[in-house]
Amino acid sequence: MTEPTGTSKDREEPTGGAQSSAEASGAATEKQRAAGGEAPESGEVEQATETAAAPEGGTRLAPTRERSGMFGVRGSGDTSGFGGLRLPGYAPAPAERPYGGWFDQLADDLAEALEGRGVARSAVRQITIDRGEITFYVERERIEEVCRTLRDSPELRFELLSGVSGVDYTAPDGAAVHQPLHVVYQLLSMTWRRRIRLEVALDPADARLPSVVGVYPTADWHERETWDMFGVVFEGHPALTRILMPDDWEGHPQRKDYPLGGIPVEYKGAEIPPPDERRAYS
Amino acid sequence: MSTTDPYAAEPRETTEGTVYTVTGGDWDELMDSVSTDEHDDRIVINMGPQHPSTHGVLRLVLELEGETVTQARSVIGYLHTGIEKNCEYRTWTQGVTFVTRMDYLAPLFNEAAYCLGVEKLLEVEVPRRAALIRVMLMEINRIGSHLVCLATGGMELGALTGMTAGFREREEVLHLLEYLTGLRMNHAFIRPGGLSQDLPEDWKEKVLDFVKVMHSRLPDYDNLLTGQPIWKQRLEGVGYLPVDGCLALGATGPILRSAGLPWDQRKVEPYSLYEEFEFDVPTETAGDCYARYLLRVAEMRESLRIIEQACAKIEPGPVMVPDRKIAWPAQLSIGSDGMGNSLEHVRKIMGQSMESLIHHFKLVTEGFHVPPGQVYSSVESPRGELGYHLVSDGGTRPVRVHVRDPSFVNLQCMPAMSEGGMVADVIAAVASIDPVMGGVDR
Repeated sequence: MTEPTGTSKDREEPTGGAQSSAEASGAATEKQRAAGGEAPESGEVEQATETAAAPEGGTRLAPTRERSGMFGVRGSGDTSGFGGLRLPGYAPAPAERPYGGWFDQLADDLAEALEGRGVARSAVRQITIDRGEITFYVERERIEEVCRTLRDSPELRFELLSGVSGVDYTAPDGAAVHQPLHVVYQLLSMTWRRRIRLEVALDPADARLPSVVGVYPTADWHERETWDMFGVVFEGHPALTRILMPDDWEGHPQRKDYPLGGIPVEYKGAEIPPPDERRAYS
Repeated sequence: MSTTDPYAAEPRETTEGTVYTVTGGDWDELMDSVSTDEHDDRIVINMGPQHPSTHGVLRLVLELEGETVTQARSVIGYLHTGIEKNCEYRTWTQGVTFVTRMDYLAPLFNEAAYCLGVEKLLEVEVPRRAALIRVMLMEINRIGSHLVCLATGGMELGALTGMTAGFREREEVLHLLEYLTGLRMNHAFIRPGGLSQDLPEDWKEKVLDFVKVMHSRLPDYDNLLTGQPIWKQRLEGVGYLPVDGCLALGATGPILRSAGLPWDQRKVEPYSLYEEFEFDVPTETAGDCYARYLLRVAEMRESLRIIEQACAKIEPGPVMVPDRKIAWPAQLSIGSDGMGNSLEHVRKIMGQSMESLIHHFKLVTEGFHVPPGQVYSSVESPRGELGYHLVSDGGTRPVRVHVRDPSFVNLQCMPAMSEGGMVADVIAAVASIDPVMGGVDR
């Protein structure tokens, strides 16, 4: 959890490592990054794209960005050695049976209901249970069918879609993350008093998936907002237009690569830098 | 034209037809002034975004056939502030200051829902006193929010005494909240791990005084509005939405309960020790604006019950988790220049303990690390399910803060409630949805 800053050396990767000096380690990190940006990162990416015939919990999702260094210092002479600290990216771990509580029953019921509707079992890529919440990672082509199944099956009955939103896991420094764009659905079953989450991972270059407005009409504005903020195209949405930003706005503000503006100060031409260029301590 | 405004725009021709600007006056006069040969009773009317009866900067586009609304659409986004994006560049603690400004009539609910989410991510539990104080503050806030709903709703329907009465009582709420938290609105009082500080010493007297005042004033609303024929005629059978419509459109809160489903998260998914409180969930079955009005008045009574119970339950104790890696390092205190770090604390970190100084600096500038993962936490706000989807990658700042604001979702019901009705009933429907545009647009 919140580790005291002084004890960071205890973490998995010792500071410095093979590198002789802190500066060299920083440079090595940069090089590694650059390489990672071009070539696909070996293990995880392949696993993530390989989805065929996997049982539930079979395919791992690619981890998010790797975090490095301390104090947010980049590209300056780091004499503390903390600049070489590298923390592995976070990937939600697949849950293992027994899940505990009502999760097992729910997962079985969903698998059965999907089968009954002729939806391939691989529609659910992975199940993750974290902090008492269950997340189903769903194939993007199957999201509408999965939603319909969840709504209509008597043993599931997720009557209410609480919300749809996006998450952009792109690393702020441009390091490669596989399928960083996620669309998240929060579902609520009032009959069973259960909440679940569906998640679809997308490639920013091909950010499109079927709309669920036909299943849950409330998704209308949520999907418009997700399009507006993340540029995700919901195919089959009745009127996918911007909702919060003006109609002629360019770009999608919640994307991590969306350029941030500074604030000009009317004194000697000064400008408050954009938030991502300000001095940070984290 | 019937407009009396010398600065109003002249009629102008567009590809869609003639555009008139109306700022007041008589509808018949307006219709007479429109030459009859080119118009066919079908008018597209654009209400807002600056209009006293649209409940904030909300724009309504209505297609009329005579005075009947055939199509209604709401246009939002005029108050978009990018708070969700802003949170990604602040520490988890600073986030409280941002989210409290979204639904500005229910700031404490925003803070509580956000903090419950952060605490779920951190897997910490707040001390009992903090949880109970949160409940008390939220219920005081709920009364204030419902009062504004009645007041502005009354104003929009022409019941001006309802407005003056509502805002008078709401002032009591704001005074009390200022006394308890230091600020009338945007309190930033609830923090991840507990509360920013303890309540003032004589909080209980003040709160009980307030409860007494409210008990004496709430019957006024029944006397003034509940049985009043004009009020009933404006609201009964107007803005109807049944349960299936509510669920399809995602409506929660008073709208859902007015249709007969007793779904209140305080009861069905208790959080922050609500399971220890005794209160009823008022429901109606009419599913119209009048039912929603009755519900809000009834809910204020229940809130008073909860506040009284909270006063009896709250016992001395800490208001912040003991973990010094999460809790704010200083004991805030009142100095000659207002509130700040206590002198004792400053003396200690500057004079005695280098470790404390480092610790203070790290926690205040960098913030605490939140283990990676995501959670969804929701509370029953005055308008329905207020949910926070929080994502952390293990750093000291959120990767994503998404707010499922009940106003945003409930506003989608506007067309379903008002299409096929009269123009005047659109106002009643919007007032009964009670959208707060700060929350809708975020």
